[in-house]
Amino acid sequence: MIHTVVMISIICIAVAILALTYRVIKGPSTPDRVIALDAIGINLVALIALISIGLDTNAFLEVILLLGILAFIGTVAFSKYLEKGVIIEHDRDR
Amino acid sequence: MSLLHLAIISPFLLAVLVPILYKLFRKVHTGWFILPLPLVLFVYFVSFVSATSTSQPIIESFTWIEALGIEFTAKIDGLGLLFALLITGIGTLVILYSIYYLSKDKEKLNTFYVYLLLFMGAMLGVVLSDNLIVLYAFWELTSFSSFLLIGYWYDREKSRYGAQKSMLITVFGGLSMFGGIILLYIMTGTFSITEIIAQSDVIFTHPLFVPALLCILLGAFTKSAQFPFHIWLPDAMEAPTPVSAYLHSATMVKAGIYLVARMSPVFADHALWLWLIAGFGIVTLFWGSFSAVKQTDLKAILAFSTISQLGMIMSLLGIGAAALHFDGIDDKYHTIATTAAVFHLINHATFKGSLFMVVGIVDHETGTRDIRRLGGLMQLMPITFTLAIIGSFSMAGLPPFNGFLSKEMFFTAMTHIIDFNVFQLDTWGILFPVIAWIASVFTFIYSMILVFKTFTGKLQPEKLEKKPHEAPIGMLISPIILASLVIIIGFFPNILSVNIIEPALSAIMPEFLFEVHISFWHGFNLELWMTIGVIVLGTLLYLSLAKWRKIYGLFPEKLALNKAYDHGLLFAQNGSLKMTKMYMNGSIRSYLIYIFAFFIAILSSVLFSQNAFKIDLEHAADVRYYEVLLVAVIVIASVAILFVKSRLTSVILLGTVGYTVALFFVNFRAPDLALTQLVIETISVSLFLLCFYHLPKKRNEERMAFKATNLVISIGVGAVVTLIALSAHSTKLFESISQYYVENTYTEAAGKNMVNVILVDFRGFDTLFEIVVLAIASIGIYAMIKLRMKGAK
Repeated sequence: MIHTVVMISIICIAVAILALTYRVIKGPSTPDRVIALDAIGINLVALIALISIGLDTNAFLEVILLLGILAFIGTVAFSKYLEKGVIIEHDRDR
Repeated sequence: MSLLHLAIISPFLLAVLVPILYKLFRKVHTGWFILPLPLVLFVYFVSFVSATSTSQPIIESFTWIEALGIEFTAKIDGLGLLFALLITGIGTLVILYSIYYLSKDKEKLNTFYVYLLLFMGAMLGVVLSDNLIVLYAFWELTSFSSFLLIGYWYDREKSRYGAQKSMLITVFGGLSMFGGIILLYIMTGTFSITEIIAQSDVIFTHPLFVPALLCILLGAFTKSAQFPFHIWLPDAMEAPTPVSAYLHSATMVKAGIYLVARMSPVFADHALWLWLIAGFGIVTLFWGSFSAVKQTDLKAILAFSTISQLGMIMSLLGIGAAALHFDGIDDKYHTIATTAAVFHLINHATFKGSLFMVVGIVDHETGTRDIRRLGGLMQLMPITFTLAIIGSFSMAGLPPFNGFLSKEMFFTAMTHIIDFNVFQLDTWGILFPVIAWIASVFTFIYSMILVFKTFTGKLQPEKLEKKPHEAPIGMLISPIILASLVIIIGFFPNILSVNIIEPALSAIMPEFLFEVHISFWHGFNLELWMTIGVIVLGTLLYLSLAKWRKIYGLFPEKLALNKAYDHGLLFAQNGSLKMTKMYMNGSIRSYLIYIFAFFIAILSSVLFSQNAFKIDLEHAADVRYYEVLLVAVIVIASVAILFVKSRLTSVILLGTVGYTVALFFVNFRAPDLALTQLVIETISVSLFLLCFYHLPKKRNEERMAFKATNLVISIGVGAVVTLIALSAHSTKLFESISQYYVENTYTEAAGKNMVNVILVDFRGFDTLFEIVVLAIASIGIYAMIKLRMKGAK
């Protein structure tokens, strides 16, 4: 029972990722792609969680946490880049 | 290490001391310090004469490289002794001559004598070595020292050209000879000439016999300036005259003759040996004498004359091989060819050495060697004139000089060749005496040119750079000794026959017993009439030289061998340059195409020629639906990279591929890999973004241009890798060793995470150096960013 549910969920998530991938490719603007990428990251978190349930293991919990952090950092970095043109600013005190 | 070895290497030892002597005693001509050595060696070698003529050869061995069977075996038999006496005897005279020829104030005498001693030692090593590898080592040393001596006046372009040419040709032949030596070793398992001769029956039926024969002969022909490799010798005349006299008439050019004579017991049974040596020899004889007539430089005449005479000796050695097919028949005509070869070898060394010295004197005292500017020197230089007459008449084959005797024996050998009914000699053999006779006529003509154009006629003092006068006595001693030898051997030819010629002959043809008796007068026979014919026709042609000399102008320059050599060299140079330019075009795209094309070609050909491709799905795991989904994502993203327009999109798509790979790791139960992959992918995507942001703004972003070659190659690489992966997976030869890790990770290494235990415990060394790689990369990046060299491009 639980496996059927997990499978259905995985398929749903996968379809969502595919749809988001379409958005990443199509654009039309860069913020669209960044948002789509961020969403893919979050979907990946869900997907890995589901796979962990399917494989009946807790070895992938670190991956989930890491993915959450990376998706956040990546999106922030991208946003900063889109806004200011740089990600790490020069120290102005010198 | 015996006294004999010491004798061979003593010139090298003295060569070490020469620069010291030169620096210490500037007031004495360095040549005086050198002179005693060849004299002592000559006396030392003379002491062997009685031993070699009566008993077995003297063999002294000295281990050099024991594991490879290479021993420095010195062997003195008749042939080796004959050459050793020539080398040391003429060496003494040449050094004496050079003392007066080379000025001690203007010339760099230290280098000259070092090179000359190197050559002398090398040449002694060639003729006295019984081990083929040692012989080859000395052989190359003669080429090398000859190169140095030809280029002695290295500030002249022609010297450098001649040195390079002789180096290229003789080293080409030397290498081929080395190949022949190795083939002989493969056949017999020994480098010792004595033992190879003992096994000559085994060699004769071996399939490698003919290649070995050809390789050895190529070495001998290039060294002895046989047609068509003779072209280096005339250009080697840029060397100082003592060098020309020593190397390029008496010793080094005879190394090939020595090799042929030495190898005769091994190869001479074969028809190819006879035909190649006799054929090339007779062609060289004719071509050398024919070309000598048109030269205007005295040394060039002598160079072509040397070529011609070497061809004569070579052809005699070849015909001498026919005697081996008549064992049992006691007929002196069969062995006369070899006798004539050895006899003429001695005669040629005497008269050619003296002629070169005479030409050197003329050059030294008048400032030119051009026969068009010389003439009328008879009254001014009477001694030199006498010496020239003796040498030239002997060369032309006139009585009463020694050249007459060897020329008569040569004719005897050539005319009796028709009697042999082996190897089709009875049908084609008639060509030999005819060509030999015509060549002798030309020999006569150039010998006369040499004497009469130089010493008779009208003196032209306005064309000469110096006021001509007789040479100093020191310069005349050596040619006088050689010329008196010419006369002595001419009148008493048998003084050498028992002690020198007979032992040499029995070394060349061990099957025969020789009793050499050279008769000075042998009645009115065919050979005498041939000589008279040569003299008559030669005189007529010499007197009418001006009328028919034009025929040399008819010979097309393009067909000349020198042109062929020059063009060949230029062609090789330009051809390789063009070829390199063609494929080394500097574009990484092209190089990648080569690499991948070879990758495809070699791997796929191996896969299909070995019939290695197979698919075995028995051990394959079941395909799950989300794996299909992941593959679909990765394929779509990868293909999309090829077609998107913006660079930013391709970076993001690459990131997608990376993240999907991380998902694969999750799916295939590799949490550590998944973690690392995610972090690394994020970092590298941001690095890509960093790079792309800094690209020049002007460039329009456009799609990748389509190239059919690239498509074919990329599909090919993908297909080949896929095929190999499938085949490799389908061919499991043995079980994996991972079971060991599963069992021992906790018990042996106290860890539960198997991947990490392998990384830091079971196989920690790999990790160590991965860390080093990362350190190097980070230091490199830091250096590239920070280090801005000033002034560097």
